Amino acid sequence: MSHYLDMGKYGIYLWPAYGVTLLVVILNIVWARQLLARSQADARRRLLSSGGPA
Amino acid sequence: MAWTWFHRLGSPPYIYRLAGRLTPWFGWIGGLLLVAGLFDGLFIAPPDYQQGDGFRMIYVHVPTAWLSLMVYTAMAVAAATGLIWRIKVAHALAASCAPVGASFTAAALVTGMLFGKPMWGTYWVWDPRLTFELLLLILFLGYMGLRAAFDDTQRADRASAVLAVVGVVNVPIVHFSVVWWNSLHQGSSVSLFGKTTIYYTMLIPLMMSMLGFTCYCAAIVLVRLRAEVLRRERTASWLREALSA
Repeated sequence: MSHYLDMGKYGIYLWPAYGVTLLVVILNIVWARQLLARSQADARRRLLSSGGPA
Repeated sequence: MAWTWFHRLGSPPYIYRLAGRLTPWFGWIGGLLLVAGLFDGLFIAPPDYQQGDGFRMIYVHVPTAWLSLMVYTAMAVAAATGLIWRIKVAHALAASCAPVGASFTAAALVTGMLFGKPMWGTYWVWDPRLTFELLLLILFLGYMGLRAAFDDTQRADRASAVLAVVGVVNVPIVHFSVVWWNSLHQGSSVSLFGKTTIYYTMLIPLMMSMLGFTCYCAAIVLVRLRAEVLRRERTASWLREALSA
């Protein structure tokens, strides 16, 4: 286990690099989903205010 | 040959449905490839004879850097398509690419800095490759800032598209910077046309990771595209249809 954490002394650079990438991967999923949910809610509101059933 | 497929791609309701249907495929295939590729790269591929286990950073650095260039190119092509043929969906696609591209450019820069410190002894040098990659991030942010500066979506589309198209000259500059100048950054190990200088046990996880990141990225852009198409649409009939589906 410590062998993999250490990664031949490169662990202190390698794991943060993987961490940052994973963070970007997760944030992109969260942001994109939030954006779509917000657009759908806005569209629903527009439909209601224009008089038609949503 | 019929051009109906091309016209259909310009139709917001069609794109909204198509993007919705494609997203899970790209998402799951991308996710599985990513997990497999990164696991292989971290724990199975042999250590490099010079860089030891440190070389394993390529499995996140190379794909994020590749995506930064590919997403910018896709954004510029979409923006040009929108400008030339006045297709709104193309502008929506360009706008959907920008935040994703910016985040991956930032990831490429940060993972590159973490790679540079142990290998070169420094986090940052004003080397051509690094400098032009930073310019790529500035172009993405400039594109997003320019869009945000307009209230009118059509004017935002046109102005930002010009910036995206002009900025595309930076893509080959980043790519060839390691060939044109004496760069601290190493040259490509993987090439479509030239010689690939990486052993297959290291190459296979890299290919899986790059393909995985690309599919994942397509899924994210498709979700954003649906949001963007919906935001622009005022036609009640298809909004009702889209929301009920």
